[in-house]
Amino acid sequence: MKSEAINLDCLPPVEGETALFVSMEDGSVADLQLRNSEPPRFFEAFLRGRNFSEAPDITSRICGSSPVAHQLTACHAIENAFGVTLEGPLRELRRLLSCGEWIKSHASHIYLRQAPDFLGYESAIRMAKDHPAGMDRALRLKKTGNQILGLLGGREIHPINLRIGGFYNLPARGELASLAENLKWARDAASETVRWVAKFSFPDFERDYEFVALGNPDEDEYPFNEGRLISNKGLDISVREYDAHFLEEHVRYSTALHSTLRGRGAYFVGPQARYNLNFDNLSPLAQETARAAGLGAVSRNPFQSIIVRAVETLYACDEALRIIEHFELPEHPAADFRSRAGIGYACTEAPGGLLYHRYSLDINGAILDAKIVSPSAQNQKTIENDLRQFIPANIHSPKNKLQWQCEQLIRNYATCVSCATH
Amino acid sequence: MNRRHRPTLAVWKFASCDGCQLSLLDCEDQLLAVAGAVEIVNFPEVSRAVVKGPYDLALVEGSITTPHDAERIRAIRHASKHLVTIGTCAAAGGIQALRNFKDVKEFASIVYARPEYIEALGKSTPIADHVFVDFELRGCPINKLQLIEVISAFLNDRKPTIPPSSVCIECKRRGVVCVMVSRSVPCLGPVTQAGCGAICPAYTRGCYGCFGPKETPNTAALSARLRHLGVNQQDLVHAFRGFNACAGPFRKQSEADEK
Repeated sequence: MKSEAINLDCLPPVEGETALFVSMEDGSVADLQLRNSEPPRFFEAFLRGRNFSEAPDITSRICGSSPVAHQLTACHAIENAFGVTLEGPLRELRRLLSCGEWIKSHASHIYLRQAPDFLGYESAIRMAKDHPAGMDRALRLKKTGNQILGLLGGREIHPINLRIGGFYNLPARGELASLAENLKWARDAASETVRWVAKFSFPDFERDYEFVALGNPDEDEYPFNEGRLISNKGLDISVREYDAHFLEEHVRYSTALHSTLRGRGAYFVGPQARYNLNFDNLSPLAQETARAAGLGAVSRNPFQSIIVRAVETLYACDEALRIIEHFELPEHPAADFRSRAGIGYACTEAPGGLLYHRYSLDINGAILDAKIVSPSAQNQKTIENDLRQFIPANIHSPKNKLQWQCEQLIRNYATCVSCATH
Repeated sequence: MNRRHRPTLAVWKFASCDGCQLSLLDCEDQLLAVAGAVEIVNFPEVSRAVVKGPYDLALVEGSITTPHDAERIRAIRHASKHLVTIGTCAAAGGIQALRNFKDVKEFASIVYARPEYIEALGKSTPIADHVFVDFELRGCPINKLQLIEVISAFLNDRKPTIPPSSVCIECKRRGVVCVMVSRSVPCLGPVTQAGCGAICPAYTRGCYGCFGPKETPNTAALSARLRHLGVNQQDLVHAFRGFNACAGPFRKQSEADEK
């Protein structure tokens, strides 16, 4: 019997600390652990006793790469507890904010984390030397997303303008219109990105995943901040039923809790899940560009997530332009509400996938209990299962090549371990 | 001389959200210039390569919350000529320092089914509690332009120009009407260090202190003023006990307000 342990310490570029431990016996995986040693900060614990109005600002600090997703999810969950639903221009402005974070986050993930793997560069900075035009496009795309966040949020990281019920301050119409020119450039740049990444060579790898994302069966919108929880295997529940269907498990080797669907096991959240479940709701241009690049309405190879991210970037530019073009300034920056005791639930689609927040509030508006489940935690088990299949199939590759390919596989997913642990 | 030594830059993460190191990537207009002026040898956000020290400049994000990290920061200090911390976690322990007022075991049991698996120190502490720090850049998150200033300063052997004045000064410069005077909105601007550009008051809300205490802040006077505006005791304690809960003057004020 030949037994071998493979240790892959720290897997940059990911955000935070992860290591992969694999032990092989007779050519098959005996044990595999995605060891996440990110130190926990205990957000769910210190949120207890804080006022509901602080939740958006506090939870944004879970994640420096998608703070807006946490802010929006906290707002929607608490608004749910208070029976407030935003409509019209306030709802549109929140969608616009999500567009900004998607463009920024996807551009970073595509160009700075994933593309160097496909092209054989150890870092995005090395890649920039040989692909200066690509890097210019990446940075300007990212900047376009950041401009939306800067205008609507006040700053790019941990924006300050979101509050329960809406916003603190509204942009002037002219300010919104000033984003349009860059967004038109960004839409073309995103199409160019789709064509560029579609030419990469993709390892032949597919599994029979259960994709989970938000979906709006009655609406023709690609999901950002609302919808039902749906899957390709028959899940169709309201957000408030999340806890009855999803479980979090504490495994010894990881400070990130592992999620499973009750009785069904691991599931897949993220851009590909959204795309596969909502393809028809992408803008016509995004659908056309995806098809022209050879991507069907369903994409099961996780290495192709880079193409899906590019298609979603294009969609986010398109959607942002639509919102800006039709925008009517609301009368007030926030809807009226009355705080009350109760439980509020929300799921949103962070750039990396489904994000869940739940808060119990007392009669004075203090948080009694909070639960936060991030996309990167939900995908931990799916990543492990991918590796269990991928490693034996590629075990004869040289060790450093196999190590790199495992890292590449992990980077197909939202890699934020700050989020996964929090 | 035809071989010029480019200074090496290494970025390190401890307990944090990554936002401060991501600020470097948000410098879209300056990033490639920085990458040309220094050799980035450790920056897991964008590179899988890890180069051994010594490093000319270490940028350290995050606070110390585990025994392992308390060891790791010593090794990083040992390998670095200059060590600059970026952000509130590294300067004051961050929002995760709220555990310092409670029992960390209880915190672990709220989040984890098996708290005995979790290795966590009782307190979240700033980097300077563990090793010598050459400069602390404040902010939650830091201002990316201040980061460029700090990197340039260290590359040119000069002191960074980072004003220790208050957010109030930035409001005046920006022409923002005082939210506390004109609309009675509670605001930590008078005791908070400048650097953000007074964004909260510019967006008609009060400052919540994410850059931490300014030089010699009069927190007691502000606390009395907030009380006068009708802020209740619990909200007053929370106002100073937020992202900079364990920064000296804010910690003392929240403890005084709690009595």
